[in-house]
Amino acid sequence: MESVFGLVGKDFAIVAADSSAVHSILVHKTNEDKIMLLDSHKLMGASGETGDRAQFTEYIQKNVALYQFRNGIPLTTAAAANFTRGELATALRKNPYMVNIIMAGHDKDVGPSLYFIDYIASLHKLDKAAFGYGSYFALSMMDRHYRKDMTVEEAIDLVDKVIMEIRSRLVVAPPNFVIKIVDKDGAREYAWRESIKDAPVPAV
Amino acid sequence: MVGKNCFAIASDRRLGVQLQTIATDFQKIYKIHEKLFIGLSGLATDAQTLYQRLVFRHKLYELREERDMKPETFASLVSALLYEKRFGPYFCQPVIAGLGDEDKPFICTMDSIGAKELAKDFVVAGTASESLYGACESMFKPDMEPEELFETISQALLSSVDRDCLSGWGGHVYVVTPTEVTERILKGRMD
Repeated sequence: MESVFGLVGKDFAIVAADSSAVHSILVHKTNEDKIMLLDSHKLMGASGETGDRAQFTEYIQKNVALYQFRNGIPLTTAAAANFTRGELATALRKNPYMVNIIMAGHDKDVGPSLYFIDYIASLHKLDKAAFGYGSYFALSMMDRHYRKDMTVEEAIDLVDKVIMEIRSRLVVAPPNFVIKIVDKDGAREYAWRESIKDAPVPAV
Repeated sequence: MVGKNCFAIASDRRLGVQLQTIATDFQKIYKIHEKLFIGLSGLATDAQTLYQRLVFRHKLYELREERDMKPETFASLVSALLYEKRFGPYFCQPVIAGLGDEDKPFICTMDSIGAKELAKDFVVAGTASESLYGACESMFKPDMEPEELFETISQALLSSVDRDCLSGWGGHVYVVTPTEVTERILKGRMD
């Protein structure tokens, strides 16, 4: 089962997600990147139905880019989150997307922010959020150790604690995780936490 | 709850998915205009969608009529919007409270398909509604001043949500008089 979680620090936000792509009992790959960079200063970690996740996140990413092309300025994180909620809400009673989203971004005036959007389009701005079976462990660990205005080192330490907890306590625990960070310098990949490495595929 | 030329509207603050609590600062009472508030309990996504549609309709109304909507009219609007979705409803129970003509307090509630329930004293909605009916019935007195009304509604809210595992994590109370709106956060059993 997929786990995604995120938290807000002093001037940054972090989103971490597991990286296993699973179909019934088979693990297709263990280095699937589930956190998409929407634009220079926004991240969207998603979990849920694989096809829906890939399609919907790409759809949002392209629409965020389109807004910037049309209007000359990028969307704020709040606007992007509300747009995403709107798309999920419109599709909800026709053809719902089974995708849970944690959107993180950094805006000049507001600073870092994190939005929780679940698959039935409930939107809430939070300091820490998590989805999946891993959320039971993630939320508890974050409730215990999270403080406002943590530094990057402290936040990564907390993320590692959460990953450790998920690995040791969840019965079908995902082996690998990806961690991405967004701050005033932009959104980027921070690290991978791997305990299983896929065999490298030779380039054709 | 209705008081003497004033009303109070209160909600809890929990956002949850069945047994898991997601947030403890979730806003359920929305302001439509200075003298009209709507509280939306039930499914969070439908509450947010419904609120956005209502604000849209009210803003259009304001542009056309050049005045705010009366609470009675607004209640009819909410009822119509909900009944539109009769066979695929919004899973929300609204509580509407406002000051109408001559600042006379107006309250009503509805079920999720828009059946209006007007009352002169108090209206309730949500998972703890049975508890709330009991608490309000025993604590309510007619013609309370704003301060006493605040105390009464707060006690009724907290004692009811404390017995409901899906409600709680504090309270949010608005007391509205013709001249001012007071917003207060309550701390109850945080569990």
